[in-house]
Amino acid sequence: MYSDKVIEHFRKPKNMGEIADADGVGKVGNPVCGDLMTIYIKVKDGKLEDVKFKTFGCAAAIATSSMITELAKGKTIEEAEKITRDDVANELDGLPPIKMHCSNLAADGLREAIKDYLSKEKP
Amino acid sequence: MMNKVLKSIKTLTIEKRLPNMKRIYLDNASTTPVDKEVVEAMKPYFTQKYGNASSLHSFGSEARDAIEKSREKVSELIGVKSEEIIFTGGGTESDNMAIKGIAFREGKGHIITSQIEHPAVMNTCGHLEKKGFEVTYLPVDEYGIVNPDDVENAIKDDTILITIMHANNEIGTIEPIGEIAKISQSNEIPFHTDAVQSVGKIPVNVDDLGVDMLSISAHKIYGPKGTGAFYIRKGTKIEPIIHGGKHEGGLRPSTENVPGIVGLGKACEIAKERMEVDTKKSSRLREKLINGTLEIEETYLNGHPEKRLPNNAHFRFTAVEGESLLLSLDDMGIAGSTGSACSSKELKPSHVLLAIGLNEVQAHGSLRLAIGRENTEEEIDYVLEVLPEIVKKLRAMSPLWKKDGNVQR
Repeated sequence: MYSDKVIEHFRKPKNMGEIADADGVGKVGNPVCGDLMTIYIKVKDGKLEDVKFKTFGCAAAIATSSMITELAKGKTIEEAEKITRDDVANELDGLPPIKMHCSNLAADGLREAIKDYLSKEKP
Repeated sequence: MMNKVLKSIKTLTIEKRLPNMKRIYLDNASTTPVDKEVVEAMKPYFTQKYGNASSLHSFGSEARDAIEKSREKVSELIGVKSEEIIFTGGGTESDNMAIKGIAFREGKGHIITSQIEHPAVMNTCGHLEKKGFEVTYLPVDEYGIVNPDDVENAIKDDTILITIMHANNEIGTIEPIGEIAKISQSNEIPFHTDAVQSVGKIPVNVDDLGVDMLSISAHKIYGPKGTGAFYIRKGTKIEPIIHGGKHEGGLRPSTENVPGIVGLGKACEIAKERMEVDTKKSSRLREKLINGTLEIEETYLNGHPEKRLPNNAHFRFTAVEGESLLLSLDDMGIAGSTGSACSSKELKPSHVLLAIGLNEVQAHGSLRLAIGRENTEEEIDYVLEVLPEIVKKLRAMSPLWKKDGNVQR
């Protein structure tokens, strides 16, 4: 059902955890449908210096969370904002169709975290 | 874009994914391995005794004899007359035969069932609702038990059928079928029970239960898939749901699946012989599994502590999602099942878990482990070694699990 890459990221997720002094936090998902994701970002000189996640959900939700942290790290805010759900799925060699909309939340989570950061930056 | 995303999903074969790993099968409520004796009994009916049981020649007679012997074995397991057994294509078909069989005969009316039935009953009733029948889905208590008083109160002038499962396939709860049967009898309403999970695991005697119809599946009791049986009490009238020849008294037309029927008969014979031994062993292993698992903090047992199938353990773990749990166990060679929405095709949590009062988040964290004849104490020890670590790892990842001990439920 899942690609090897999804299983790999599910088994050994990258950048799992919280950032205590995060510059931006994005919470997406809904525990009712089974996926809940929190993305933390640390910004330095307009770039994402660190990205971490915490996720309650299926293997697809965990793998997409892990993947977004890898894709976003080191990117500028503008670049990171452009990462789409499809980009994440592609990097994981695809997701089962049924998981495409429900568990593929990581790009939304990252955008929420960036939004949170920007709202704090411009009081 | 979609095409690119949905391009070939690369996956490893099981052999490559779990190299040389000993696998532990704890999903015996989904299906069971076919007993080797059952396979041996079935073998001659593929290539040697392949006759059509309706044929008059010797090939036909040996097939007919085998079917009738099987019918006796099935009837002996549940204490009925052999002529009251109809062979079917499985538990789902037997359930359909009972429910639609009564509904089609009556043409209209009211059906009483429960909120925790197997989809074979639930969706059959749902279909009949669309066709103009009225259905009452009775609630259950926190353990999954139907209150017989609720059955009595739900009866209307036009109630044509009561169908309540004997034992629940997810949480293993055993329903008070005998008490409900007294109500059905005094109101002269046919009573069907889906006994797919209970037959072969606990003593099932139709006269004690008092039901008029009962469904059996072969593959849940170490028999082959695609074969089942339907008990119908003499005098209970149903309309056939399949039309064709005169097989099985015209109730189930189709050339008989002789190897499958022989396999079911043998499986019933073995189940009868072994029931005491099997029950003793599986409940011992199950108790060990439950006690060990409940030592993990914020872990709960779903279903009734005593009124449950001897091989069923059903847990929920706070802040853990079932599909992740299942895949993590599978990585360690352990096969179980979950009621989490994420693992279901409809992306809805189990209707059974919602019916016993769990919320969606609690239902996501569920795990069913069902013990079988072949499981050993060492396997349970291994599960108890691995499971706490997996739960810990998933909780460390979960935003619902707080470090300070305040858990968001």
